[in-house]
Amino acid sequence: MAGARITTFSFGDYIVAAAVNGRLFAVVLGDGTVRLIDSETLDAEPVTVAAHKGAGLCLSADIDNGHFLSGGDDGRLVRIAPLGKTEVLAEIKGRWIDHVTTHAASGVRAYASAKDAYILGKKDKEARKVTHATSVGGLAINPKGKRLAATHYNGVTLWWLASKDSEPTRLEWKGSHLQVAWSPDGDYVLTAMQENALHGWRLSDGEHMRMSGYAAKVRSLAFTRRGHFLATGGSERVICWPFTGGGPMGKAPVEFGGAGDSVVTAVASNPLHDLFAAGFDNGTLILGQPGPGGTALVMKPTGNSITSIVWNPDGDKILAGTENGDVHVADFRPV
Amino acid sequence: MSEQTSSAIPVTVLTGYLGAGKTTLLNRVLTENHGKKYAVIVNEFGEIGIDNDLVVGADEEVFEMNNGCICCTVRGDLIRIIGSLLKRREKFDAILVETTGLADPAPVAQTFFTDDDIKKKTKLDSIVTVVDAKHVEQRLADSGEAKEQIAFADIVLLNKTDLVSADDLKRIEARVRGLNPFAQIYHTARCGIELDKILDKGAFDLKRAIELDPCFLHGHAHDPSHNHDHDHDHHGHDHHHHDHGHDHGAVNPVHDEDIRSFSFATDKLLSAEKFDAWIQDVLMSQGQSILRTKGILNMKGQDQRFVFQAVHMVSEGEYTGAWPAKDKRRSRLVFIGRKLDEAALRAGFESCVA
Repeated sequence: MAGARITTFSFGDYIVAAAVNGRLFAVVLGDGTVRLIDSETLDAEPVTVAAHKGAGLCLSADIDNGHFLSGGDDGRLVRIAPLGKTEVLAEIKGRWIDHVTTHAASGVRAYASAKDAYILGKKDKEARKVTHATSVGGLAINPKGKRLAATHYNGVTLWWLASKDSEPTRLEWKGSHLQVAWSPDGDYVLTAMQENALHGWRLSDGEHMRMSGYAAKVRSLAFTRRGHFLATGGSERVICWPFTGGGPMGKAPVEFGGAGDSVVTAVASNPLHDLFAAGFDNGTLILGQPGPGGTALVMKPTGNSITSIVWNPDGDKILAGTENGDVHVADFRPV
Repeated sequence: MSEQTSSAIPVTVLTGYLGAGKTTLLNRVLTENHGKKYAVIVNEFGEIGIDNDLVVGADEEVFEMNNGCICCTVRGDLIRIIGSLLKRREKFDAILVETTGLADPAPVAQTFFTDDDIKKKTKLDSIVTVVDAKHVEQRLADSGEAKEQIAFADIVLLNKTDLVSADDLKRIEARVRGLNPFAQIYHTARCGIELDKILDKGAFDLKRAIELDPCFLHGHAHDPSHNHDHDHDHHGHDHHHHDHGHDHGAVNPVHDEDIRSFSFATDKLLSAEKFDAWIQDVLMSQGQSILRTKGILNMKGQDQRFVFQAVHMVSEGEYTGAWPAKDKRRSRLVFIGRKLDEAALRAGFESCVA
């Protein structure tokens, strides 16, 4: 996979989040715009969408092909069509929408503003609101599309998406929980915390996992496609926790990669292979596998911290966004 | 990696009991033509842009870091809001954080020491406490928060001074001094003060505070032999202090029975290792009771001043440049806290002599 061809776009403002849907990549910026990049025609001009009046805060693929959802500090959730047409799906006056996630197969979207999370199905006229004791720090829908995990202070709440009346499950652990990920088998929920640590729960038996020793906030976590490893940021190497054979409890993580004393700021899992892309604080971008597989350098340090990475569905291109507004698309296909 | 850069955005924390005049001050910041672009974080407020500035509502969500250590409580909503502000295209010259009248200022201050991103891109400029001169004595009698807000301050605006007599004002200032020996105190009516006296002052930054005010920390340092017979009467009468005119403390502090400050000084050289071990132990074991600590220290084998400060247990210390030639190299350390054991602290401080 070495020898990537790299195309760089300079959008001039902080890349807050990135997403992919079909052949389209999208990024949302600190200036409130969303840029759409066609991964098949990288020499074409990206589409600029004026999505938000203030800053963009979150982005996700929407439930149908080529569409995206972005949230901003103007309190709007905006649906963006492949050619850039926008539609306001929700507006919460005076509030920020800072998390959004979707599940295409089940046709569900979820977004959050302060303490409230909203669940909006494809056919729903109005979103269902679920409230937490404190602000939501992250959202993720489980792989089967049945449950929503919402992180907050002192734990995670798991809501059933289809059932309005069922009691949610509360997973408790002191501290502020931010990003959240489900294992592909749906049995583990992992959170990156405000502290330099991860916390995890195994739902089948309620077992806790504490993973610490990070140099910085973890802020990014990704499972391999079959869930054998969870790769995490927050350290000078990519820290991968093994989830085979009874989970990571009591096991040492496997590490790979490194860019001097720079910290891993974003990780993304290849959709087809057991392979991760990882970006660093100094702009280095690498590919790697836990264990002896080694690593490949995709981009040398640029000095601009990588904020987000996504793979295309074929797993042969990645997009990496940076703090200074540069977006790099690496194409690994043979010429 | 978490080095502050010169471009770090200054943050002013505005505290004060309900009705003290915080809103008046906020409105001045938002409406006056000071040529600076502020992001103002207020309580329970929708997001409204006023002219150049941006007002963001906060939820005042306090949580504990490090699994329950009460001294590591931080404001989660501030981490979230400031994190997002730092990504916006329109950059801000400064951030102003208003706290509710009942808020404990510690979690706000601790937020700026604890979160890596915020530490890297912002700097806590000062904690400004607006005090209602007319009602402060009542507040101090019935509210722990009012005391803490004064104890935490780098700058105190003694406001509504037009509503009290000169004698009352002296007595009130003595109370404020008793709670906080190092704050700069300004007298105002309707918060009428040039904004540049309170904003972007670097009052929290000891290094700058010393440069701006060489008498900083001397001003009210008690002699180690000073007898702390403090006044227990909250509505105390006249204390007949001599009036030295208004430079660096016209009044003698009147001590509070609850929150008190102790100041220690020595001309002897200190051992950096001994001080570090001692102060970390003090903060670990008594950090809940110690609100603020500030010090300027003369370490053996060092030409530079070591400046140290802490909010509860969260501390920072660094060598900040040479001692001014004319200055006597005197080490000074001030604690503000509750139920502190003065004798033990003094003995500990003295044991740091090299």
